Amino acid sequence: MSITGKINNTLNKWMKASGPDPDVVISSRIRLARNLMEVPFPNYASDKEAKRVIDKVESLLEEEDNDFGLKLLDLEKIPVLEKEVMVEKHLISPEHAEPGQHKAMLLTDDESVSIMINEEDHIRSQILFSGLQLEEAWELGDQVDDYLESKLNFAFSEEYGYLTTCPTNAGTGMRASVMVHLPALNLSNQINDVLRAISQLGLAVRGLYGEGTEALGNIYQISNQVTLGPSEEEIIENLQGVIKQIINQERNARKRLMKQNKVELTDRIYRSYGVLKYSRKISSKEAMKLLSDVKLGVDLGIINDVSASIFNELMVLISPPALQRLTGKDLNSSQRDEKRANLIRKRIREK
Amino acid sequence: MLCQECQKREATVHLTKIINNKKKEIYLCDKCAQNKEELNFGKEGFSFNNLLTGLLNSEFGTDTPNSSLNLNYNKKVEEECENCGLNYAEFSRQGKLGCSECYIEFENRINKLLKKIHGNNRHTGKVPKRTGGVIRTRKEIQQLREKMQDAVQKEEFEEAAKLRDAIKELEEEIDE
Ligand SMILES: [Zn+2]
Ligand SMILES: [Zn+2]
Repeated sequence: MSITGKINNTLNKWMKASGPDPDVVISSRIRLARNLMEVPFPNYASDKEAKRVIDKVESLLEEEDNDFGLKLLDLEKIPVLEKEVMVEKHLISPEHAEPGQHKAMLLTDDESVSIMINEEDHIRSQILFSGLQLEEAWELGDQVDDYLESKLNFAFSEEYGYLTTCPTNAGTGMRASVMVHLPALNLSNQINDVLRAISQLGLAVRGLYGEGTEALGNIYQISNQVTLGPSEEEIIENLQGVIKQIINQERNARKRLMKQNKVELTDRIYRSYGVLKYSRKISSKEAMKLLSDVKLGVDLGIINDVSASIFNELMVLISPPALQRLTGKDLNSSQRDEKRANLIRKRIREK
Repeated sequence: MLCQECQKREATVHLTKIINNKKKEIYLCDKCAQNKEELNFGKEGFSFNNLLTGLLNSEFGTDTPNSSLNLNYNKKVEEECENCGLNYAEFSRQGKLGCSECYIEFENRINKLLKKIHGNNRHTGKVPKRTGGVIRTRKEIQQLREKMQDAVQKEEFEEAAKLRDAIKELEEEIDE
């Protein structure tokens, strides 16, 4: 496969920045945890029982009404590098990418639906959409769940809802999360106040890359913490409401920066752009930081000759496993830094 | 009494375990008790789990569980899920349950725990059509049974026969 082929092969929908509110929201995700009634949870299941879970799912797919086009992938047979790329694309968890028996997944061609089999729970369905599309993602997730449930007996109790390995997921089994880019809130030192306010609302916030509040690339993931009690719709409504406020705050912060610190902001953005355009070696940490500035520049209309999706794409493409996969050979970190710089220069010019 | 494990130190911890419905008494010294897997609380695991096990351990009413093993532990330790064999202490350590039956086996404490985690212990969201249907049907059967017994007691045998048929029908529905 050519490099372009491989790159296109690596990109998927959420990276194309085609969804609503793309200036702040990168992606929306719904995850549903389910277990089969008659089998112990994965951590307590025997080899045979774990295999049975996969067999059951497989026989479900063989029926005629597999409208979603889900395909079963045996993760034991997939090369480590491919699995790591899947992690970078948020299709599977890092734990699920680790070697182990009876780990599998279901995936649609466009990768908007991915279902981990035998992770912490027997079944974890995930719907990943571009931009702010929580309701749409839940709608599809609900349908996929109905489809799975039409043939599989899910562990469910009237009182506690869907029964999960960890009681923190019981009830709806649903984790709704939104990935947001908040550079202006960070630049204007408001980010910690905002994050504190969010966590007081019963939502969880984490920097997606890097640790703690020092999020790499100013990317944060905000999700519901409570899964038992409110309905799926209520959880989504609540999260959606908070996200809308965050979008407003970030946009206001951008406006304020443009008004009060226009020269400083523009200077910063162009410097970052310059480095990405001309550097010959760059670490992923630095690249993430600079790409965040460039994305801000694109969203503010300061930079006009770069496509809006470049940030989402490069975030995944410049990760060590993706780079390794693109070049097809083992790279040390110095070689990776070189390849990364080359790739960024090329993608930025391509538009 | 000497510790059953090392046979050296004085036994200070008395454990009662129930395995396959058989009661087993164990006498251990402090040191051996601490080494027992099932008595180790919240030592490892990632942060989110620590948070959960923190909640779990606070239920035991002590801040330093490892150093204060005492008779209060006895009741908790013996509790075990009949279906998968997980005991509650192990759950406290890992934060993960072993099977869906665990929710029933540890009902009282899971109920409280869920309330602590979610501020709530009653699901109001989606109900799966199939398994949810079975739950609904089972409930219905239970109610019909009670009615049938009532009818038998009142010697309303015709009514009881009707109820019996209805129960049978529902039971066949579940079996399918
Ligand atoms: Zn001893
Ligand atoms: Zn169990």
